[in-house]
Amino acid sequence: MRALASIIPLAFGALRRNLMRSLLTALGVIIGVGALIVTVSSGEGSKAVLEEQLATLGTNLLIVLPGSSTSGGARGGPGSGKPLTHADLLAIMNGASAARYAAPLDRTVVQVVLDNQNWLTTVYGSTPDFFAIREWSLARGRFFNSSESDSGAKVCVFGQTVAKQLFGASEPLGQVVRVKSMPCQVVGVLASKGQSSQGQDQDDLVVMPWVTFKSRMMSQDRIHVGSILVSAISPDEVSHAQTQVIGILRQQHRQLDGQLDDFTVRNLADLAATQEKAADAQTGMLRNVAAVSLLVGGIGIMNIMLVSVTERTREIGIRLAIGASENRVLLQFLVEAMVLSAAGGLLGIAFGIGGALALASTMGWPFVLSPLWIFVAFAISMAIGVIFGFYPARKAAQMNPIDALRFE
Amino acid sequence: MASEPIIRLAGITKTYKTGEVEVPALVDVDLTVEKIEMVAIMGPSGSGKSTLLNLLGCLDQPTRGSYLFEGREVATLPKRDLSALRLSAFGFVFQGFQLIARTSALDNVALPLVYADVPVGERRARAKEALARVGLAGREHHTSAQLSGGQQQRVAIARALVNRPRLILADEPTGALDTRTSVEVLGLVQSLHKGGITVVMVTHEPDIAAYADRLVVVRDGRIQSDKKQIPHDAAADLAAMPEKAA
Repeated sequence: MRALASIIPLAFGALRRNLMRSLLTALGVIIGVGALIVTVSSGEGSKAVLEEQLATLGTNLLIVLPGSSTSGGARGGPGSGKPLTHADLLAIMNGASAARYAAPLDRTVVQVVLDNQNWLTTVYGSTPDFFAIREWSLARGRFFNSSESDSGAKVCVFGQTVAKQLFGASEPLGQVVRVKSMPCQVVGVLASKGQSSQGQDQDDLVVMPWVTFKSRMMSQDRIHVGSILVSAISPDEVSHAQTQVIGILRQQHRQLDGQLDDFTVRNLADLAATQEKAADAQTGMLRNVAAVSLLVGGIGIMNIMLVSVTERTREIGIRLAIGASENRVLLQFLVEAMVLSAAGGLLGIAFGIGGALALASTMGWPFVLSPLWIFVAFAISMAIGVIFGFYPARKAAQMNPIDALRFE
Repeated sequence: MASEPIIRLAGITKTYKTGEVEVPALVDVDLTVEKIEMVAIMGPSGSGKSTLLNLLGCLDQPTRGSYLFEGREVATLPKRDLSALRLSAFGFVFQGFQLIARTSALDNVALPLVYADVPVGERRARAKEALARVGLAGREHHTSAQLSGGQQQRVAIARALVNRPRLILADEPTGALDTRTSVEVLGLVQSLHKGGITVVMVTHEPDIAAYADRLVVVRDGRIQSDKKQIPHDAAADLAAMPEKAA
């Protein structure tokens, strides 16, 4: 321990004497560690954003959309083909064992009016399960219940934005607003979800019972359903639920084997997984850059340490001749290499954090960096010093003092 | 064991291999040095005198023969033990000073104490004391570039004596110095010798060898002659010399 205490200042002295060279030598490690920190931090940051988006969508969510029609080569997009029906919904609810909830969803954009205030928003018609599927929670009041839903009661639940626009600071609960000329009582206000990944305000909505919606917003049509939301019983069961839903709907629509589905089932977990995979591929590439840079940095350190050992042959000869043991000389050069790469590591961590902060603010994700990774990065840089410093240090320690003293 | 000589070489042979050819540097050398002698080993270059000094200092090991240092066989010791012996028992004064560049006199002198794991406070005190002993008090923080040749050699001598060695080995200690400075340095070595340290010194100059109380002449790897002599007194010689021109 005392030996180490006397060697570390020695190492700093030797490196300071060649400050510029030391800095250039450590550059590989600086870049490598910096890249590692940026990689890890941006990976964690973008993952946090993805997870947040996934959470606002509802993790177990499947969306069933009607198929598209093709007439004369022009494809009409969803809704132009065979529509979904309430019977389809019931079949899914009764037949898909991997589905916990299924809810109809129709929507339209209408003006909502309160006294002299009004606001244009999207009104959704669904059942109470909708709130469970989309994982909405309440800021105040309550959701409408199933008897209100089945009877077509004139009640609605407001999103935060609509509540704010119409009521400002005053209490919306129990108030009656007009939604497309239909008077409707506000029974609940949803908790805020913020913006979606596409920058859409998810709180700008009004939800009312599906029956109410169909009879009052649309033309009395209680058969067709715009889309169906399905929630699997667990994230692992999403694809199983998807298979079941597809099977049920094909049967419902009496489709023959080999015939293409006349509907679409979208799995949002798949979508998120794809996005995550793309992000992983990017960070993976950066991580490779970091690894290569660390390797190059290590070789640079080995190279400079070899040069240094040769330059200081006489010094090594003196130390050995006056009685320094081989281990002490080995330790001296090893510590020097370690100090060099550890200093590079610290600089790299500083630059990495700076880079990650800049990246986080441009990409709009949170800056995340666990202290564990700082420790890991530092440990890696120390390890590089040991690994790549060992050979030059051993070369120094094994010199013959007589020859070393004569070295010019 | 009062009569035990500090050095007893018996049948020492050292052969260097240069490719296929074996070059004998020392052949069957017997040499005994008593405690507190001051021995000069003299000979032309290539005579084997440096090889002899390296063997005595355990910087090298003989091909054949026995080397008893203070009665202990050291010719076959492992490297690790040789380092420890050099650290604790020997003080080296090398040709051309051999100080560590860009390092203060104090740190140079303290170097053996670093390896002997002496605590830093004691290290500095002892290094300071050694520098004062060679007349360099106040020059502790000069680096070798800021010191004259004579001063550098005194720093080297201070380094040799800082670990309180029993034997000082000097290789051409005045090789790079002018006459007056040489005599000054020899005066210092003589005073250490009088202080109770055995000195073995290698030189090719008879003028320098004259300051030792025993002269061993080496030629072609063998001891040619070995006799006691009345040493010159460096202090007296110095007093008789004209002052150095400024």
